[in-house]
Amino acid sequence: MTVSRNKQLATEPAAAVATVPVKEKRESVWKDVFAGIVSNKAALVSGVFILLLAAVAVVTKLFPQVLPYDPYAQNLSESLQGPSSAHWFGTDMQGRDIFSRVLVGTQITLTVGLAAVAISLTIGVILGAVAGYKGGKWDTVIMRVMDMMLAIPSILLAIAIMAALGPGIEKAVVAIGLVSIPEYARIVRSEILSIKENDYVAAARVIGDSNFAIVFRHVLPNVLPSIIVRATLGISTAILDAAALGFLGLGVQPPDAEWGDMLGRGRNELFRAPWLMIFPGLAITLTVLAFNLLGDGIRDGLDPKARKR
Amino acid sequence: MSDTNDAATQATAVPSHTGEDAQNDVLLDVQHLTKRFAAETNFFGRATSHVQAVDDVSFQIRRGEAFGLVGESGCGKTTVGKMLVNLIKPTSGTIVFDGHDLTAMKNKERKRYCRDIQLIFQDPYASLNPRMRVGDIIAEPILTNKLLPKDQVEDRVNELLECVGLANYMRNRYPHEFSGGQRQRVGIARALAVKPKLIVCDEPVSALDVSIQAQVLNLLDELKEQFGLTYLFIAHGLNVVKHVSDRVGVMYLGKMMEIAPKQALYADPLSPYTQALLSAIPSVDPAAKRERIILEGDVPSPIDPPPGCRFAGRCFAKVEGCDAVVPPLVEVKPNHQCACHRYDEGGPGTAQID
Repeated sequence: MTVSRNKQLATEPAAAVATVPVKEKRESVWKDVFAGIVSNKAALVSGVFILLLAAVAVVTKLFPQVLPYDPYAQNLSESLQGPSSAHWFGTDMQGRDIFSRVLVGTQITLTVGLAAVAISLTIGVILGAVAGYKGGKWDTVIMRVMDMMLAIPSILLAIAIMAALGPGIEKAVVAIGLVSIPEYARIVRSEILSIKENDYVAAARVIGDSNFAIVFRHVLPNVLPSIIVRATLGISTAILDAAALGFLGLGVQPPDAEWGDMLGRGRNELFRAPWLMIFPGLAITLTVLAFNLLGDGIRDGLDPKARKR
Repeated sequence: MSDTNDAATQATAVPSHTGEDAQNDVLLDVQHLTKRFAAETNFFGRATSHVQAVDDVSFQIRRGEAFGLVGESGCGKTTVGKMLVNLIKPTSGTIVFDGHDLTAMKNKERKRYCRDIQLIFQDPYASLNPRMRVGDIIAEPILTNKLLPKDQVEDRVNELLECVGLANYMRNRYPHEFSGGQRQRVGIARALAVKPKLIVCDEPVSALDVSIQAQVLNLLDELKEQFGLTYLFIAHGLNVVKHVSDRVGVMYLGKMMEIAPKQALYADPLSPYTQALLSAIPSVDPAAKRERIILEGDVPSPIDPPPGCRFAGRCFAKVEGCDAVVPPLVEVKPNHQCACHRYDEGGPGTAQID
């Protein structure tokens, strides 16, 4: 009799439903992410904003004729005009329409941000995972190299890499990507060090999981939230780094439109024509803010405990 | 319920041993098992002092029995359990499981037999991956070991959930949506998923409420009958072990002090340490006043322990030589082994301690 009593106790409130066949209501990780974004208003607005930026980037690339003006055409007679109905965001020194240039700038900004993060994320996560999970000599060698990279200011390191590779926006992406590898490696390593001591990792070993399965099924998914938050912040850092490189003449080459580059070039006219800096600056701020808020939303979506049911 | 009955017959396809046969049918034979951890290392990474976590421990578990392993925190009982499931490599000694020497195997070969020994963890909050649904947690061992074709896994998971007293709609929930007792049931279902022969229960109820403890213990008892399981039941209190085990081993500071059938151990403990442990069990009957043995001092450090009996420093029945020579574990009475110098010479009975 202990048998039946036992089962009843455990499932008491639901004993009647227990025999009903379960409908397959499985959600993928991406559905969880989506649910997290939707349930968080700020993240939802940010997500829509980023989608809008992406749409602008794609549309201006494919159909440049939708822009009110040619973003590269100089018109010196109209230089440094304030915002008006003709030029919403005003014009720059060369008389180019800033609104058009800000719109076109989304192309480079988003590409640089995503591509640079993709590089540092992939390499950083792999290095950090090996260092944290394998430990010992692997850990020592990898992390000392990372320490060496961190000892040099990142922008200096990026400039050094650019000096070796030569100017150009693709090379700027590589340089920015390489420079931030240590940050991801360190985060992943420290998270893995604590996660691999968990009993569920031991349990996976007991049931016969391989190291590969343990890392990918049990360890990395639990590191994911911190990686995602770091990656969204990383996109903004990458955007800012690209702007800095552009300002130094190492990133985008004129006349390409890039927000950071526009910001840097407008610096000389700050008091005469503040709109030169206000609008690209606003674009950078909003984009960076949107990525950060989106990151928060995704993190909550991935954390089963933070999710509202 | 027909599903579960099916599972039961499948699992007990292992020849079931009854009566006299079972008495001598040894499933697990552990001999001279030792584990030393480096406590301090010198500049070159060489260990300069060791923690003797488990020191020359030998015991046998018969097929179908529940063997209780008790001792206070740090006595090495969990280390023994972890060595059995290959989470910790023994320093020396042999583990013979079902006729195969696991310690002599290479890792790859060993994996095949590891499946037959599963572990139920102490902390149900830490032993389930918080990012996996309960159904996936239970399905994982089946998929990893390719025990069933993919389309049958779901039915098997439902069946296992039912076995441990959970409803199958709970499959899609995450561990944090469960209570401690329910989580422990999930852990049990995961251990059962590979149809093991031996389950190491590492203090499976010590993290649970007392009211839930009984439920989980009853469940373990019932599953043992249903699937013909053998248990190594690790606990730090004799009262829990009394409920579930057939035979009990008592450990102290890495050493096995006494092994005896449950009744014999509780009625007639031989080792002074066991006597002290038993006297410390609180009684529910206020009239039953017992002599309580209060030990002096603390458990000595397991780092480079002194020679002789580990318990000598605190023993109330210490005789000359106790702190010089390690007492061997000898059969003092039939089926009743004890490691104590007082039973060495004169044979059983002459050195009764009271």
